[in-house]
Amino acid sequence: MNVIVCVKQVIDPEAPPASFKIDPSSNKVVPPQGISPVIDPYAEYAVEAALRIKDALGSKITAISLGTNQLRDIVKKPLAMGADELILLEDEAFNEGDSWSTAYALAMTIKKIGDYDIVFCGREASDWNAGQVGSGIAEILGLASVTLAKKIDITDGKARVERVTDEGYEVVELSLPALITVSNEIGEPRYPTIKGIMAAKKKEPMVWKPADIGVEASQIGAAGRHAKLLKLFQPVREAKCEIIEGENPEEAAVNLALKLREAKVL
Amino acid sequence: MAEYKGVMVYCEVSEGKLASIATELLGGGRKLADDLGQELYAVLAGSGISNLAKEAIAFGADKAYVVDDPLLTDYQTDSYVAVMEKVVKQITPQILILGQTSIGRDLAPRLAFRLNTAASLGCLELAIDPESKLLLQTKPVYGGNAQAVFTCDSFPQIATVRPKAMTPLERDESRQGEIINIDAGLDPSAIRTKVLEKVPEEIEGIRLEDAEVVVSGGRGMGSAEGFKQLEELARTLKGAVGATRPPCDNEWVPAGAQIGLTGKIVTPDLYIAVALSGSSQHMSGCSGSKTIVSINKDPEANIFREARFGVVGDWKKVIPAFTNKLKELLAE
Repeated sequence: MNVIVCVKQVIDPEAPPASFKIDPSSNKVVPPQGISPVIDPYAEYAVEAALRIKDALGSKITAISLGTNQLRDIVKKPLAMGADELILLEDEAFNEGDSWSTAYALAMTIKKIGDYDIVFCGREASDWNAGQVGSGIAEILGLASVTLAKKIDITDGKARVERVTDEGYEVVELSLPALITVSNEIGEPRYPTIKGIMAAKKKEPMVWKPADIGVEASQIGAAGRHAKLLKLFQPVREAKCEIIEGENPEEAAVNLALKLREAKVL
Repeated sequence: MAEYKGVMVYCEVSEGKLASIATELLGGGRKLADDLGQELYAVLAGSGISNLAKEAIAFGADKAYVVDDPLLTDYQTDSYVAVMEKVVKQITPQILILGQTSIGRDLAPRLAFRLNTAASLGCLELAIDPESKLLLQTKPVYGGNAQAVFTCDSFPQIATVRPKAMTPLERDESRQGEIINIDAGLDPSAIRTKVLEKVPEEIEGIRLEDAEVVVSGGRGMGSAEGFKQLEELARTLKGAVGATRPPCDNEWVPAGAQIGLTGKIVTPDLYIAVALSGSSQHMSGCSGSKTIVSINKDPEANIFREARFGVVGDWKKVIPAFTNKLKELLAE
């Protein structure tokens, strides 16, 4: 089995909300000072899904990451977790893309790799929460797809996928090759082992440029966008909380109940 | 080139009825269509759903397009994308809106790529730009830390909208509209997936999304036992219990209780947030609540910036006294 998993480096979504800043003149997020970026947590679920297949059936996992200023210690995390190869798409021309230009570059990379059974993506990424790159790759490559997976079993060249729905989940069967997007319900991704971290240190990622995957600069990054970002802003918080006091917590609790009755909330 | 005109709503069907998201989108879509001075179209796809076209009109559509075919019994990417591609190419709407549901999240992006246009997923607000007449698509990004407004120059402009972000119109059976059947024209061999089984989530009591009161606990609850006290409070108020992500990850509560950007979205009348800090990702699932009450021992917690009323104190002391007093008040 050959498995491909798409990951990316993002601003740490667990960083305190107060550290989140936008530069309104450029409509860009200002990377928080002193907080290291991380591998997108949704992508980590996708890496975990790939590793579970490797555990069960044995497979070669190739991770692809597209971005700028990709810190090697960060983007090597899939290798440390157990992936076999890492391809970095790194070039100015890839910058400022949207779901379209990103999916296109990743699809062309996957096409170049050629030999694959499953492509995994996170269901979305924690920065733009677009939730489209996986479906986009599948459409560009003409692959069957299942989104929002929480469990994947492979038997006889077929995948049996538990897909999260609004009512619960459904079991979907499809033949390989296929693209699967993975949801957080799959369960916590594993931590890299010391052995994994040491192996990742020694492994050099392959760095591919637009020409390596046969794409024109006009098809990727900002030039390949279909969606226009008009405005990026932080919603204004209304700071008018009325703190209910009391001699002790119990009394404050009683006063809160009375207050809710008075305010006709109850 | 075809002229793109009109606002199209993809109407989901649930248990033989128009899903609530469909009536919400028809309400929101009606406003967009009126702002543009154009028509509102409803699309219904499924098996044995023709009778719902009238409902879509009663909720605001000028025209209802029906694609009724046994091959559409289950939602499947290949069949539904093919059907919607056909419908959109035939009707050429300027705007297509879908629900941010497990169906819309799968259908919208793949359809957008097939039609060589863009989509925005999980929008909170849609409006028509008075000058460009383009669709302004506002959605949370960076886990709710920010919001972005997107536009798209190619038609149709596609967006999915989160549940409860739009308001349905009053159902009006006297409303007139046209019903048009469209042949699915599906090739069964082109459907590459098979739905083997559907497993509904088991819920005790009231569904979180339907509850008028939600009591939510965070990491500070410390254990599954802690949540027992929240359950009692919720029972007293005939509400439901929710949680932030850590209690779900730690299995103190089922994963289905998670409220937030990666969980459920609730808009109750009263939201009681207990021992939770109020991260952007969590608030994005409950900020539509009418009144938020916070109980937290940290006066600096972000939740106090979001709440209307608050008590600074240890929940272990506050919750029992609060529950007892409420019981007393409600018994009066």
